[in-house]
Amino acid sequence: MLELEAVRKSFGAIEALKGIDLLVARQELVFIIGPSGSGKSTLLRCCNRLEEPTAGRVLVDGVDIVSPDVDINEMRRHIGMVFQSFNLYPHLSALGNVTLALRRVLKMPRDEANERGRAALDGVGLAERADAYPNELSGGQQQRVAIARALALEPKVMLFDEPTSALDPELVGSVLDVMRTMRESGMTMLVVSHEMGFAREAADRVLFMDEGEVVEAGSPARIFESPEHARTREFLRRVTGH
Amino acid sequence: MNRIAENFFDLEVMAKYLPSILDGVLVTIQLAILIVLSGLALGFVLAVVRAFQIRAVNWLIVLVVDAFRALPPIVIMIVFYFALPFVGISMSGFVVAWLSLTLVLASFAEEIFWTGILSVDRGQWEAARSTGLGFLQTLRDVVLPQAVRLTIPPLTNRTIVITKSTAIASVVAVPEILTQASAAQAFSANTTPLMMAAVAYLVIFLPLVVLSRWVESRFGWKR
Amino acid sequence: MGGVALRLEALSRAREAADVEALIYNFFNLEVLLKVHPLLLKGFWMTIQLCILVVPLGIAGGLVVAVAYSFHVRWLNWLLIAYVDFFRSFPPLVLLILVFYGLPFLGIEVPSLIAVLIAFLLNTASYYGEIFRAGIESIGRGQREAARSTGLNGIQTMVFVVLPQAVRNVLPDLISNTLEVMKFTALASVVALPELLRMGRVAQGLTYNPTPLIAVALIYLALLWPIVRLLSRLERRTMAKR
Ligand SMILES: Nc1ncnc2c1ncn2[C@@H]1O[C@H](COP(=O)(O)OP(=O)(O)OP(=O)(O)O)[C@@H](O)[C@H]1O
Ligand SMILES: [Mg+2]
Repeated sequence: MLELEAVRKSFGAIEALKGIDLLVARQELVFIIGPSGSGKSTLLRCCNRLEEPTAGRVLVDGVDIVSPDVDINEMRRHIGMVFQSFNLYPHLSALGNVTLALRRVLKMPRDEANERGRAALDGVGLAERADAYPNELSGGQQQRVAIARALALEPKVMLFDEPTSALDPELVGSVLDVMRTMRESGMTMLVVSHEMGFAREAADRVLFMDEGEVVEAGSPARIFESPEHARTREFLRRVTGH
Repeated sequence: MNRIAENFFDLEVMAKYLPSILDGVLVTIQLAILIVLSGLALGFVLAVVRAFQIRAVNWLIVLVVDAFRALPPIVIMIVFYFALPFVGISMSGFVVAWLSLTLVLASFAEEIFWTGILSVDRGQWEAARSTGLGFLQTLRDVVLPQAVRLTIPPLTNRTIVITKSTAIASVVAVPEILTQASAAQAFSANTTPLMMAAVAYLVIFLPLVVLSRWVESRFGWKR
Repeated sequence: MGGVALRLEALSRAREAADVEALIYNFFNLEVLLKVHPLLLKGFWMTIQLCILVVPLGIAGGLVVAVAYSFHVRWLNWLLIAYVDFFRSFPPLVLLILVFYGLPFLGIEVPSLIAVLIAFLLNTASYYGEIFRAGIESIGRGQREAARSTGLNGIQTMVFVVLPQAVRNVLPDLISNTLEVMKFTALASVVALPELLRMGRVAQGLTYNPTPLIAVALIYLALLWPIVRLLSRLERRTMAKR
C-alpha cells in the first residue's frame, strides 16, 4: 500500500533521513518510535510530499508520488494526515473543517458534502458538535475533528504525527479509541507516537528510528521485550523510566 | 469677539459660498471612494501575487511598494502633475490625485495584507495541502479568511489617513473642499470659508474615526 | 517589403533613443542640477530642521496626552478622546492652512515656521497620544502594583516601569507615525516655508526643467526608505508573535 525506497532528505547540511526503506501492507498498522530529532516527522511528511524527498521513491498503491508528472493534490486526498497541533481551521465550524476538501477537491455539492461530513464526525463521536468552532472544543475533540477531516476523504493510508502529544492526559484516551476503531475497520496506518501501551496492543510492527535511520523493526513484543540494539534499549529505558 | 465672528463665522459669506463648498464635498467624496476601491483592490492583488514567492516579481513589488510608502503624497502628486508632462504623460489633476493616492493606499494595503498572510500559522497551509487543496484554494479558503480578519484594524486606520490626504489634491487644482474654500477665502478676504471646509471635513471624517475606534476594539488583537 | 519593415524598425529605434534622451534631459539633467543644488541643499536642511523640531514636540505632546489619560479621570478622558479624534479627523493640510491664514485674522502675527509648528503639533500629538495610550493600557495592573509595592511613587512608576514596556510594545506604531510626521513636513511647502519640496518647485520655476522635482523625490526616498524597511521588519516580527 505504502512503500518507501531509499528515501533521503537533507536540510542544507543536516541529513534528516539517510535512506529509509519501508513497506506498509494493506490494513497494517506500523508504529514509529525514536528520540526527538531522529527524523520521524520528516519521514511522515515525505509520505505526502509536505517535504520533498531529496532522493528515493515513495509509492502509494503503486504510484510514485515523487515523480514530477503525478498530480500531487489528487494523490494527497488518498493520504490522510493528522498533526500534533491539530491545525483545525479556526474560522470554520467542525463541519466546515471536514467538508472543505470534499467540496473543493472532490467537488461535491454542498448537501452531499455535509452528509458525508456529518457521517465522518459521527464516526469520531462528535455528531452533536458539528456546528461548534475549534475554539469551543477541547483538545481531544479538536483532534478527533482533525481525524474526521482526513477520514471523510476516504484515504487509503493515514499518517499520524504524535496525535496525542499536545493533549492533557485525560483526553488521550478518546483519541486512541478512535484510532483503535479505525484499525479494526481495516485502515492502513503509519503512526508516530510515544503511546507505548497503544503500540503494544494495536501495532502490527514497531520501527525504532535514530539519527535518520531505521535501527530495528519487529513485532511490538519483540521490540519492547527483547530489543537487539543498544540504542533501542537505551531509548526504551529512558521513556519507560526503568 | 466681534472680530472673531466677522472673520470666522460671517453668515453672509457662509450663505454665498455654501454651494461651492458643497460642490467640493462631492468631489472629495467621489475621489475618496474611488481611491479606497482601487487602492484596496490593487493592494490585495499585489499581496496575493507576492504569495506565489516568485523572486524577481517579489523584488519588484517590494521596491515599488517601499517607494510609495516612503514618498510624501504631496511629492508624488507634484511629480506626476508637474514633471510627467515633460516626457509626454499628461493627466488631469483629478486623475493625478486618484492615481497617486491609489498607489499609496495600495502599497500600504499590500504590506498589511502580506503581513497578515505571513502571520497565519504554517500548520494551516500544511493541513489544507495534506487534504489535497491546491495552493490557490488554500490561500482563498483557509489563509485569506484568517489573514483578512487580522488586517481589518490597521487597514481601517490607514484608509482614513489616506482618504484625508485628498485635501492635498488642492495643489494640483482638483476642485475639492480645500480648493473651493481657498478660492472663496481669497475672493472674500475672510476666513469663514476655511472654517466651513474644516466643518465639512469633520462631518465626513469624524464618524470614520469613531468607527475605527470601534473596529479596533472589535477586531483588534490583544497585545 | 522587408525593406519597409526594416526602415520602420530603424525609425522606431530612433524614436526610442530620442525618448531616452528626452527622459534624461528632463528628469536627470546634471547641468540643471548643478545650477540649483544650493537651493535644494537649503531646502533639505530646512526639512531636517522641521523634522528635528516636529517629531520631539509631537512625542512630548503625545506623552502628555497619554499620561493624563492614564489617571482615568472620567471627564478628563472624555476631553482627551475628543481632542484626539477631533484632530485625527482633520487633514493636516487643512489644519495647516487654517492656522496659517487664521491666526493673522485673529490679530496674532507669528513667523510662518511657528504657524507650521503649531499646526503639526496639534495634529501629531493626537496620533502619538493615541499610540502611547494603547501602549500604557497594554501594561497589566500587576506591573504598577509591583512597582508601588517597592515604594516607587506614581511618577516614578510611570517613568521607570510602565513607559519603557509601553514603548517597546508599540514601537512599530511609533516609528510608523514618525515616518508619517516626516512626510507631513512636505506640506509646509504649501504655505511657502522654504523646505525641500518648496525649493524644488522654486528651482523648477527658475530652470523650466523638472529635474529638481525628481531630485527632491529621490532625496525623500533616500531619507525615508531606511525607515520603511525597518518598519517592515518590526511589523513582521510583532505579528509573528501573536
Ligand atoms: N524545515 C526544516 N529545516 C531544517 N531542518 C529541519 C527541518 N525540519 C526538520 N529538520 C531537522 O531534521 C531533523 C529531524 O527532524 P524531525 O522533525 O523529523 O524529528 P522528529 O523525530 O520528528 O523529532 P520530534 O520527536 O522532536 O518531533 C532534526 O535535526 C531537525 O532539526
Ligand atoms: Mg516530530
